[in-house]
Amino acid sequence: MTLTKEQTADDPDEGARIARTYRAMLGRRAVALGLLAAAIVLLAGVAVTLGSAGLTVSEVYIAILSRFFPGSVSVDPLALTIVWDLRLHRVIFAVLAGFGLAIAGATMQGVLRNPLASPFTLGIASAATFGAAIAIMVIPQTAVGEAGIVISAFFASLIAAAAIYGLSRYRGMSAESMVLAGIILMYLFGAVTSFLQYTGSTEQLQAVVFWMFGSLQRTSWLKCGIVFLVLGVSVPYVIVRAWDLNALAMGDQVAQSLGVRVERTRTIHMFIASLITASIICFTGTIGFIGLVSPHITRLALGGDNRYLLIASGLIGALILLLADSLARTILAPVIIPVGIMTSFIGIPFFLYLFLRRKEEYW
Amino acid sequence: MIAEVRDLTFSYQEREVLSGISFTLDEGQVLGVVGPNGCGKTTLIKCLDRILAPEGSVEIRGKELAQYHSDELARTVAYVPQALSIGMAMNVLEVVLMGRRPHVRWSVSDADLVMVTGMLARLGIQHLAFRKLTQVSGGERQKVMIARALVQEPALLLLDEPTSALDVRHQLEVMSLIRSVVREQNIAALMAIHDLNLAARFCDALIVLHHGRVIAAGPPGTLLAPPLIEQVYGVRAVVGTEGGLPFILPVEPVGGDDR
Repeated sequence: MTLTKEQTADDPDEGARIARTYRAMLGRRAVALGLLAAAIVLLAGVAVTLGSAGLTVSEVYIAILSRFFPGSVSVDPLALTIVWDLRLHRVIFAVLAGFGLAIAGATMQGVLRNPLASPFTLGIASAATFGAAIAIMVIPQTAVGEAGIVISAFFASLIAAAAIYGLSRYRGMSAESMVLAGIILMYLFGAVTSFLQYTGSTEQLQAVVFWMFGSLQRTSWLKCGIVFLVLGVSVPYVIVRAWDLNALAMGDQVAQSLGVRVERTRTIHMFIASLITASIICFTGTIGFIGLVSPHITRLALGGDNRYLLIASGLIGALILLLADSLARTILAPVIIPVGIMTSFIGIPFFLYLFLRRKEEYW
Repeated sequence: MIAEVRDLTFSYQEREVLSGISFTLDEGQVLGVVGPNGCGKTTLIKCLDRILAPEGSVEIRGKELAQYHSDELARTVAYVPQALSIGMAMNVLEVVLMGRRPHVRWSVSDADLVMVTGMLARLGIQHLAFRKLTQVSGGERQKVMIARALVQEPALLLLDEPTSALDVRHQLEVMSLIRSVVREQNIAALMAIHDLNLAARFCDALIVLHHGRVIAAGPPGTLLAPPLIEQVYGVRAVVGTEGGLPFILPVEPVGGDDR
């Protein structure tokens, strides 16, 4: 469509000014993404130096660099082990897990148009807990050990995702039916897990409760690799389809009239968000809060355009989890507080500040 | 010709809502769909944008509706629903930019921005560009939604009760805007409309739906006669002209409510 002279003549300068302001707004969002990424790198750089082993900053960095330039410096083998086998993958996993959980939450909130949607309010996490509890109760821990818990938690999450799909498919795939199906599953898995705990031994009960706290104690390079792979495949897809989430914010019918295949989009995005969540929490246990609140913090600060919201939520999530884990390892050292407890203590004050300061509607 | 509908039929489960609807729509034409509540106006509009899947034939620009790829359809038909959904955390400019979704891949070009800001100017809502959608009035919001639909560059614009939430001034503004944009862009508009006075004044032709069937069609001046209004709405009405403009004055209900 070409605009006639009359149409643009209204105030051409005003149009150009609006375009400039919009470009500047996008520029500010890009800068915010850059700053968040820089903050994560900086904090990660500090986090690897924290710990109860008493290594100095230079010892830590010499240990890190020695792997890249072998033989160039002499390095304490103990420092090498502590940094490479205990700390580094934990820090990287915190970044990946925080990023993944937050982007999963942002995706679910967008595709369901619901500010309360997250992997935890929709039963994906309670299914994982159920899976872990079953493994802890049923499989002798000496036989399969951790792998059994991980696999059981992972598949229980995906079964919950499939059940949400099945239940809402029956009712026509609306956002509301998906949310309701998720809530039903959350309560169902919660009840079954409670029953399992009630019937279990004290040790089993303790193991389940500890799993539910969420922790980064059990990270490894392999687990980092798995989560990285899942994120590497799924995150680019949701970023590329960000316009679809924007259109869905206008309602299903407007989205459809804008060319979005609504049911298909909702199904694929819910599956991706569930897969990301499952691949993280099967290793960590329940780390709540990040998936729910990181997108809200981002929306308050940067607005609702999903082209920026998704990545920025991921970065905020990574920052919160990294900060929470760093504090969890240090404030009561040598006792390490489960990170699932810490995330809420870190994130809530920040969220409350933005929530109370920005009075206009942001959702 | 922009649209040709032949023998369109649609049922919700067993209940037939639309039956044997046929009409055509030409360039520069505003077609009003009138009829009492529940006669199938909204359903017809949803059928024309493939939100519902009817039986029969709907051709838009000579191509069957079912043959369109979803993005291609979004570049051909735009829809402004009656219930206004709120875009979350988005400002007016971002909402209108959404209309470019079927055209852009990821980033917004300068040409897109020129078109969108031009459309804001055309609809007189430039000053609202950076306001949140929740912070503008009902009339302004309706203009935002129409702007969003128009930057899709559709051949066919579908509107469901575009004036139902507006005061009289905004009703006139929105209706004359729709009519002039349709003429300028040489596109066609089909709107469901309750207000017979606005329909008579701003639509080039009307189709009258009653129990899911077209019972009358034609230019509003000859169509909207008291017997038809009584038959369709069960209301005795006075129809006339004042200052060259048509008016319809409903006087009183007649007969039982068995329509």
